Amino acid sequence: MDVKYTAELAKIRLNKEQVDKLGSELNDILSFFKNLKEVDTKGVEPLSHVLALKNVFRDDIVKPSLKKADVLKNAPQKDTHYIKVPRVIKG
Amino acid sequence: MKLYELSAARLISLLEAGEIKASEIQESVQKRIDEVEDRVHAYATLDRNTETGSSKSAGGESVLDLKGIPVAVKDNICTKGVPTTCSSRILEGFIPPYDAAVINRLKKANAFLLGKTNMDEFAFGSSCETSCYGPTHNPWDLSRIPGGSSGGSAAAVASGEAILALGSDTGGSIRQPAAMCGVVGLKPTYGRVSRYGLIAFASSLDQIGTITKTVEDSALLMNVIAGGDENDSTCSNEDVPDFTKSLEGGIKDLIIGVPDEYFVEGLDKEVEEAVNEAIKLLSGLGAKVERISLPHTKYAVSTYYLIAPAEASSNLARFDGVQYGLRRDAEGITDMYKVTRSSGFGEEAIRRIILGTYSLSSGYYEDYYLKAQKVRAVIAGEFKEAFKKVDCLITPTSPTTAFKIGERIEDPLKMYLSDVFTIPANLAGLPAMSVPCGFCGNNLPVGMQILAKPFGEKTIFKTAYAYQENSQWHKRKPSL
Amino acid sequence: MKYKTVIGLEVHVQLLSKTKIFCSCSTAFGKEPNSQTCPSCLGLPGSLPVFNMEVLALSLKAALVLHCRIQKVMRFDRKNYFYPDLPKAYQISQYDMPLAQNGYLEITDDDRLKRIGITRVHLEEDAGKLIHTGAESLVDFNRCGTPLIEIVSEPDINSPDEAYQYLTKLKSILTYLEVSDCNMQEGSLRCDANISLCPVDSAELGAKAEVKNLNSFKAVRDALKYEAGRQKRLLEEGGRVTQETRLWEENKKVTLSMRSKEEAHDYRYFPEPDLPIFEINEEDIETAKRSLPELADERKSRFVEQYSLSDYDAGILTSAKPLADYYEKCLVILAEPKEVANWLAGAVMAELNARNENFSSIKLKPEELVEMIKLVRDGKINSKAAKEVVLPEIIEGGKKTSDILKEKNISQVSDEGEIGKIADEVIRRNEKSVNDFKEGKKNAIMYLVGQVMKGSKGRANPKTVKEILEKRLSE
Repeated sequence: MDVKYTAELAKIRLNKEQVDKLGSELNDILSFFKNLKEVDTKGVEPLSHVLALKNVFRDDIVKPSLKKADVLKNAPQKDTHYIKVPRVIKG
Repeated sequence: MKLYELSAARLISLLEAGEIKASEIQESVQKRIDEVEDRVHAYATLDRNTETGSSKSAGGESVLDLKGIPVAVKDNICTKGVPTTCSSRILEGFIPPYDAAVINRLKKANAFLLGKTNMDEFAFGSSCETSCYGPTHNPWDLSRIPGGSSGGSAAAVASGEAILALGSDTGGSIRQPAAMCGVVGLKPTYGRVSRYGLIAFASSLDQIGTITKTVEDSALLMNVIAGGDENDSTCSNEDVPDFTKSLEGGIKDLIIGVPDEYFVEGLDKEVEEAVNEAIKLLSGLGAKVERISLPHTKYAVSTYYLIAPAEASSNLARFDGVQYGLRRDAEGITDMYKVTRSSGFGEEAIRRIILGTYSLSSGYYEDYYLKAQKVRAVIAGEFKEAFKKVDCLITPTSPTTAFKIGERIEDPLKMYLSDVFTIPANLAGLPAMSVPCGFCGNNLPVGMQILAKPFGEKTIFKTAYAYQENSQWHKRKPSL
Repeated sequence: MKYKTVIGLEVHVQLLSKTKIFCSCSTAFGKEPNSQTCPSCLGLPGSLPVFNMEVLALSLKAALVLHCRIQKVMRFDRKNYFYPDLPKAYQISQYDMPLAQNGYLEITDDDRLKRIGITRVHLEEDAGKLIHTGAESLVDFNRCGTPLIEIVSEPDINSPDEAYQYLTKLKSILTYLEVSDCNMQEGSLRCDANISLCPVDSAELGAKAEVKNLNSFKAVRDALKYEAGRQKRLLEEGGRVTQETRLWEENKKVTLSMRSKEEAHDYRYFPEPDLPIFEINEEDIETAKRSLPELADERKSRFVEQYSLSDYDAGILTSAKPLADYYEKCLVILAEPKEVANWLAGAVMAELNARNENFSSIKLKPEELVEMIKLVRDGKINSKAAKEVVLPEIIEGGKKTSDILKEKNISQVSDEGEIGKIADEVIRRNEKSVNDFKEGKKNAIMYLVGQVMKGSKGRANPKTVKEILEKRLSE
């Protein structure tokens, strides 16, 4: 697998050594996973929700929001109103 | 009398009889923590704040009353005002502004919250070794792992550093450490307990459950935490029975299925013997035992390790240094993301994020993630068929007893395979409990696993209680 | 070679529910930054989404008027990407099981109806807002979780003007449904456009450019005109159009390539495990259909027929739902469709325009407006006074027509004695006009009427004035 590209998607920076180590570990793991090919899943619907719930709704009623101070409390960088982040390069 | 050694049920009856006060229990447990925590390291954060302490058990109006019994909570369950970090550096300093649904319920039921227990980082592990706070040690043998990922909760209950504990179970994270620490661990049916406030690992598999000294205590704690929640769309409104009432009644004519695929190569001989002895005992109590086959069991590990990391890669994307937790300074935003995430996540977290990202990525989705979801359907279907014939299943919880710290950490695949018996219940959403059923020659506890159909916790309680009433294993205490 | 322009539009519309799509925070616009958020819309660790029932109701209405096929089962999916305004680093959206598919919208093209296909309508959550200040960016999460529908058109639009019409029509319908206020300035309607050219006789689409940063319908039209021209020049010079995203620069009136870094784009959609599926049955669809209001076009035809209004007046009165509703409320009190229409479409709209106010925020109660119209009908005030004195007062809201009448002393005078005196004086002073009239220039009387009106400070009943003058001059 292309560890570097995948890490890029996940916004994780890896050094060469890490890329090599992860590459070989994950290739082992993925080749173990190949056993799934043995299972005949023709016509089987993929299961994404194990509990067969449906149509779970909430009424459109406003409830109090968090206080702004609580919203900003955990922020690594902020001013009185906003959370600050490094420059976002457009695009 | 060492109060910290007693079960919650016993303590409550002493409280009701007026023989002791809640403060005495709390002091006893706090003293025990002072005594052994250095060696066990069960906690990530101890909440000794008297202010939160008073609010912890104030104003409960629930009919379910824990009367100030001390409870430990896994570090991935949000507690308002108390750090919640999933034992990860990336959540360094994060103090949730809200309580998880289960914490709300515990507070209403007058539980005394002790603090947050250590865990594998983001629940990624079976040994508690991937915590940023360092490993928890097994109270039965401090050189060994307590199991994982809820190793802190299991070790705390086993060592008397808590009377009750909450854990979370995505692939065995409650049951496996419960087995390795000689305590009772229940993973309820998916949707039985609200996940609101549980920091997600794999949303379709995660479930909060109990770690306790006895089966009765598990029922007691389940009565407090189970039930529908308007904040969790995947939580069921199914009726919640009084689980303590389902304990009695015996298991005469109960049909127990024993699946062949759980007694295979790799299963420790002593573990196998202990579980077989337990099955014999249950049979002696009137249960009918049937050998059955679940042929797709061998695909569970692959299925799980494709689905769970995929969901995790998405769930953990929010840890990006913007709003909370760790941030490493960098020039533009993309670099900030990368340096923050690379230094905030540990090795196993990075491994799973990459694996999960890969199985969702374009070109691989069909072969990996989607294929795994289909096999998941096959495995769930197989259980459904089995439960038409049997009332519950009994298997070993883990193929081995607790291994040495450091023994498997360098071999991720081997580590993944240690979840082989617990993973299927998560894939199918089934309730499953690990109950102490013996000890190996080196004095390490063994657990047997009881599984039932969805919302069949009552059957599990009945079976486990009957076993516990007729065995002594759960009464043994580690010498620390 | 002749080229055909091929345009497809992706329109995002905020829905008018009180609360957000997956939590109970208010959706109100323009509040203090970061004051309308909760663990769920902030994506705090451990938080979960719960779907707002009203959002389904609103989006169903939109999908139905766009003639879409509503899916029996809809599902939410996660769209994964990193951006600081997206706190979970994924957007809850819909991928392969959207709310609705295969619809159309009709626009008028040279008096001919043209159908623009709608590929799909899906639900998703909005992101927060970033304010760029140079060295850093500021994040406001208030908008996170505001419900959106994305309406994707087929590439059936063949000119910038058609695109403009499509948007105008879409806005008209959605505001009429009260599904969205479609306010582009506040961002409650946003549009991206895909445009390509291909030889007229070719069925194959050319490479397309996606144009973003379009802040008004006019900007959409201008940008598409520019882009069509740019692509045409490129092709004619033998060049090739690059498939890319381009930004419209409003000041320079050009589109510029986004020159994005070669960043990997793979949204890794997968079913949202935190939300069960939603089944939409026939009954839900029927309920939604019944709740659909009469749309502007239908209402206009009805107004013309039922109230004998001119096309023009009916068009004005049905241009916005609140206006049409208001008109019909007035008719309940005073069944004079023509007269009420004249006042509403005429004087009232003019007064609002003069004040630069929108009809939707009108404070004048239908009761007071009708009261004024009745006074004019009954000859208690003349229409000039009504327009110039009464209307400006009552349009502010709170004041009663009858009070203003007393206050301003503008009750119409119909008393023959009083008017007679003024008429005598006017006849005495305007010999020329009197003679003109007597010589047969019948129009000359209008000047005299005007003078009497002036003499009465506008309070005289013009009808009475004319009668008295005619009588005296023929004596």
